[in-house]
Amino acid sequence: MAPVAGASTTLTRLPELVPEPVDLPESLAGLRAEVRAFLAAERAAGAWTPRADVWLSGWDEGFSKRLGERGWLGMTIPPEYGGHGRGALERYVVTEELLAAGAPVAAHWIADRQIGPSLLRHGTEEQRQAFLPGIARGEIYFGIGMSEPDSGSDLASVRTRATRVDGGWELSGTKVWTSGAHHAHAFFALVRTEPRDDAHRHAGLSQFLVELDRPGVEIRPIPLLTGAHHFNEVVFDKVFIPDSRVFGELGNGWAQVTGELAFERSGPERFLSTYPLLAALVGELTAAGAVDPGTRRRIGSLVSRVWTLRAMSLAVAGALESGAAPELAAALVKDLGTRYENEIVDAARLLVDTPPDPGAESGFARLLADAVLHAPGFTLRGGTNEVLRGIVARGMGLR
Amino acid sequence: MARNAELAELAESIFAASYDKGATGLDTAAWKACAESGLTTLTDPEVGGTLEDSAVLLEAAGAWAARVPLAETDLLGGWLARAADLAAPDGPSVAVTGSAAAGAGDTVSVELARVPWGRALVAVVLLDGDRVLVLDTADAAVTEGANIAEEPRDTLTFTGVTPVASGAAPAGAAEELALRAALARSLLLAGAARGALARSIGYAGERQQFGRPIARFQAVQQMLAEAGSEVAAAAASSAAAARTARTAGFADPATVFAVAAAKSRCGEAATAVARIAHQVHGAIGFTREHDLRLVSTRLWAWRDEDGNEAYWNDRVGELALRAGADGLWPLVTGRP
Ligand SMILES: Cc1cc2nc3c(=O)[nH]c(=O)nc-3n(C[C@H](O)[C@H](O)[C@H](O)COP(=O)(O)OP(=O)(O)OC[C@H]3O[C@@H](n4cnc5c(N)ncnc54)[C@H](O)[C@@H]3O)c2cc1C
Repeated sequence: MAPVAGASTTLTRLPELVPEPVDLPESLAGLRAEVRAFLAAERAAGAWTPRADVWLSGWDEGFSKRLGERGWLGMTIPPEYGGHGRGALERYVVTEELLAAGAPVAAHWIADRQIGPSLLRHGTEEQRQAFLPGIARGEIYFGIGMSEPDSGSDLASVRTRATRVDGGWELSGTKVWTSGAHHAHAFFALVRTEPRDDAHRHAGLSQFLVELDRPGVEIRPIPLLTGAHHFNEVVFDKVFIPDSRVFGELGNGWAQVTGELAFERSGPERFLSTYPLLAALVGELTAAGAVDPGTRRRIGSLVSRVWTLRAMSLAVAGALESGAAPELAAALVKDLGTRYENEIVDAARLLVDTPPDPGAESGFARLLADAVLHAPGFTLRGGTNEVLRGIVARGMGLR
Repeated sequence: MARNAELAELAESIFAASYDKGATGLDTAAWKACAESGLTTLTDPEVGGTLEDSAVLLEAAGAWAARVPLAETDLLGGWLARAADLAAPDGPSVAVTGSAAAGAGDTVSVELARVPWGRALVAVVLLDGDRVLVLDTADAAVTEGANIAEEPRDTLTFTGVTPVASGAAPAGAAEELALRAALARSLLLAGAARGALARSIGYAGERQQFGRPIARFQAVQQMLAEAGSEVAAAAASSAAAARTARTAGFADPATVFAVAAAKSRCGEAATAVARIAHQVHGAIGFTREHDLRLVSTRLWAWRDEDGNEAYWNDRVGELALRAGADGLWPLVTGRP
């Protein structure tokens, strides 16, 4: 029979779903060992206890500064801006060790993960000098000002407006769900600088670097369902922003934000939020002695999955390091990873008969309580899974 | 190491050229083309391919549902013969474990069940305890069988035959053989999953309902995106296992863990991808006429061969529980 016409094109047309795999260079083993030793010493000294979802809730400025002193923040920032000029993979090693240990990394998280790289790409020399050294020291914290009451998934619909005034711009509008704004020094606000044009929805958006102590900025808490203060509503009432705080190019906000999201979406935090619970689950099971085959297999499946996700996430990190913006792969890893974070919660609930206890100081019951109560956020923050799958579908040529 | 793009292209072109959705049994044209290009003995030191090259080849074979025992011949039969200092069989072969009964002289008798491609092989390399026997399949009585993808899984009965060659088994041969088979199967699974996704995307772009291609419907896009992440997970896990095996060797605990995790993950992906691919294709994909079955039946068959998810999850789970709460992360990162 003749070869099937069209079959070859059908089978080879598939885009690359994960970038080239990467091996962590052997030279990073020493760095990893140093981080592990530091974390073990901190834990032994009772400086903090492991928690789930630490990059959201583990706000500890002292810890961030101690990391800064060791050179483990701003690792990819060049030395002339107070950073360490190291590679994305070195940063990856430090980051994943911190998350796996359940260490309190929330204070510096956003600044270190995406604001630093963004400032390097789009910031002015003065902006870099003003913020990067403090970020690398673990002393300057940032938020993200993208979402608004009517703009979540549809970010192009933001309504906060900047109007031209003498020497700068005047901002009016409301941002919501701003993580850590009540502690942060500044955030990047995505705003309209041109009236909305329905034919070009992504045009006319710009970013401003907003110091949150400016007159006219009001920060109001929006308690989480646990009652914890994490989110905020940030209201701008004619806030003056000098020209020196325009971030990047006017009108280029959409492209800049999309670039930031590539960093925001692909890291190990997208599958390790509940890793400390998985480790505690394994600890509970080993302590209990005999483990039935079904339980052992469930653990095996969870561990196979986290190992696979790590390989995928590392591949994305490798691509980012070489200057690519693997949007499709980042979206796909985040979709898979955040659903996985939820799987751990269910396994922990069902394999160990200990009720979640939000009042416990530490241990399995506390980790489980935090994980259950934080779980809804995993598949929302940084773009919902449904929206991410839309990105994957587009990348695969379906839309 | 970079993925071998040239090898990928060569493999795809060979499998595409002989692709025939109606045929069964050994694809002699593809086999010949592979043999001429050295692909049937890729990891033979004389050819010099690595396990990662082999990964590229097997992934392509899986995507095309190629009817050639490449993994069996090169990674199993050829490997075990070479490892026992014997000449690799000249033609399709496989390695299996079994226990042969001694007869008169140096003859042996053994019945080997569900031998992959049994009827098409020139030799079986038998791992029998601490020895390796090369058996000529011309000496065997063949009872034909098949897996659910209609691939030959035959019973070969050798009665009082003289082995073509025999030698001492290398240390750890049984474990390495099992790991090699599971790794090869993972790579084939990853390829078949890619094949199923590619066919589904192609079909969704062509099939019209309600006046537009079904690919335009968000529900269909969401299903296919989910399949995309499963395909990516299968590809990443099997490639990582191949890389670990190349760099650390099969005796290293990191390879045991990586291969076990990969076979488990690829099996899970197979289930999800086959389900979604069939859902997207509607009734036509449920027919013999449509070529989706070539990959979906392989996904179903291969997830159960060389250890299903329960088996390998058990292995991974055991390693994880032995590592304990503090040892788990070093296990996952491969860094003690
Ligand atoms: C823990 C946490 C921290 C956050 N931190 C910040 C922050 O610091 N800064 C910031 O700017 N934002 C932050 N966010 C906001 C986050 O980015 C938004 O919640 C997210 O983009 C979704 O927007 P939304 O909440 O308005 O949901 P909506 O957009 O209203 O979506 C509601 C539901 O509809 C679905 N949906 C909507 N549109 C589509 C579509 N086109 N196709 C399919 N389904 C669709 C969504 O998937 C979702 O299930 C945070 C959110 C969380 C949970």
